[in-house]
Amino acid sequence: MGKTLAEKILSAKAGVDAHAGDIVIAPVDLVFAQDGTAPLAIKQFQSCGFDKLACPSSTIFFLDHNAPTPTKELANDQLLIRNFAKKCGACLSDVDEGICHQVIAEFHVNPGEIIVGADSHTVTAGALCAFATGMGSTDTAIAFALGKTWFRVPESMKVNVSGRFPKMVCAKDLILYLIGRIGADGATYMSMEFGGETVARMPVSQRLTIANMTVEAGAKTGLFPSDEITRKYLESRGREDKWRRIQADSDAKYEHVIEIDAGKLVPMISKPHTVDNTAPVTEVAGTKVQQVFIGTCTNGRLDDLAIVAKILRGKKRHPDTRLLVAPASRDVLLEAVSAGYVRTMIQAGAIILPPGCAACVGGHQGILGDGEVCLSTANRNFKGRMGNPNAFIYLSSPATAAASAIKGKITDPREFV
Amino acid sequence: MLRGKAHKFGDDISTDLIQPGRYNYLRSNLSELAKHVLEDADPAFASKVNKGDFLVAGKNFGLGSSREHAPTILKLAGVSAVLAKSVARIFFRNAINVGLPVLICDTDKIDDGDELEIDLASGTIKDLTNGAKLTSGVIPDVMLKILSEGGLVPYIKKYKDFKI
Repeated sequence: MGKTLAEKILSAKAGVDAHAGDIVIAPVDLVFAQDGTAPLAIKQFQSCGFDKLACPSSTIFFLDHNAPTPTKELANDQLLIRNFAKKCGACLSDVDEGICHQVIAEFHVNPGEIIVGADSHTVTAGALCAFATGMGSTDTAIAFALGKTWFRVPESMKVNVSGRFPKMVCAKDLILYLIGRIGADGATYMSMEFGGETVARMPVSQRLTIANMTVEAGAKTGLFPSDEITRKYLESRGREDKWRRIQADSDAKYEHVIEIDAGKLVPMISKPHTVDNTAPVTEVAGTKVQQVFIGTCTNGRLDDLAIVAKILRGKKRHPDTRLLVAPASRDVLLEAVSAGYVRTMIQAGAIILPPGCAACVGGHQGILGDGEVCLSTANRNFKGRMGNPNAFIYLSSPATAAASAIKGKITDPREFV
Repeated sequence: MLRGKAHKFGDDISTDLIQPGRYNYLRSNLSELAKHVLEDADPAFASKVNKGDFLVAGKNFGLGSSREHAPTILKLAGVSAVLAKSVARIFFRNAINVGLPVLICDTDKIDDGDELEIDLASGTIKDLTNGAKLTSGVIPDVMLKILSEGGLVPYIKKYKDFKI
């Protein structure tokens, strides 16, 4: 019987003929935690009596969620992480380097690998055909020590995308549409596997956006094939030697197959307080917005900032709307400076935040006031997510966010074509 | 055999609702963090939950972030088991890892405040208030073994490895 991408990667790594439903133990190629989850992981690692990492060079601690630190308690947590990383010889990605998932894409992940991380958006690396999944602090702690973990081989859902995106419609609109269609538990425990002619042309930056949000449908992992586009991306990052072609077998078994015509998509939005509460932007157009937040592991990449700068060029943010922009990594920030995007955004009234998670998690850098509305390019709009349960978060593409910042209200970006 | 009161919640209770991100600075102080458990879904929950009580929810309980602090502070607050129509994947694995049992069942048959009796070994749930009897879905063996040791840390201390 043919294999899905998830079955292929887990079979190869675990050294068994793995099919959906099987329990396997597999080595991990990369294991990581971030400043929100690492302190508990370190505590659990020590509680088990461990003192050595299985592979220090493939163990990474990222300081990105509260970077730089807003409180003394979080500063002490980061101190604990830095000291532990130094003592054990693990890699440290400090507060200047960016969001774990973006840094992993830029510097670490390769097709066919297994990645586990103490962060639910670990699935982002599936864009480069790695079986990447989020776990809690204790599972991660055990993977630090043993270099392996157990997996239930997931069933798979195939998403075939055809057609060309209309102007001002992009991968974010596609994944919001898909989550709205299948629901926030529509892919629970499953691998979401993407294919079709549109995916075959889709740049890695957009694949990262889609893979990132598969967890918002409950998925365990979100996988793209490793193809020529993957090869070119790895080449651009100096890792061409790590590329190999990986595709699902033509007779692989899928629980569901979903067909999407990208040509029929429109700009989409998630309304408060769940990601699957989606609607076309036109349905909520005119809703006043006090803050626009552009960035995160979902949409803080160079392509995202390029469209934002294009829309903002020569314009100003609405006087009643704050505009926060956080590039996803140091490299994204540097490239956005070189391309002139940062200058354009600042001239339009944007505040450029340091590379990192910024306002997404509600700890700092853009906490909302009571009754305020934020339009964010992030992946979650749960009640309380941005630090105030009395605020309202909408999710959209960077184009919709930029258009809305200018108008001061939710705006269809096709007005700016 | 577990016995306690049901505290009922709806669908899609996220880990942001269970452990609000604005309290992330308390993550290394779990007993303080536990005072804010589910605060944004029910501000009175932490003060009214008693040791041994049950958290009863609708579908997709625990969706969202991987924060293991969510099941940890539910347990610290006194919750002895979570009952839900369905649970999100990472929360499910985290709950078992911290020794918090999760039972998948038709929670529509349970009302807020009902007295429940649960036999974890057989997965049967008795609602002593309305007489309903429920059976929970099957948990994979590997998770049952971890749960029976009280969580993943005691499991690993005992076996030093995964025994599957």
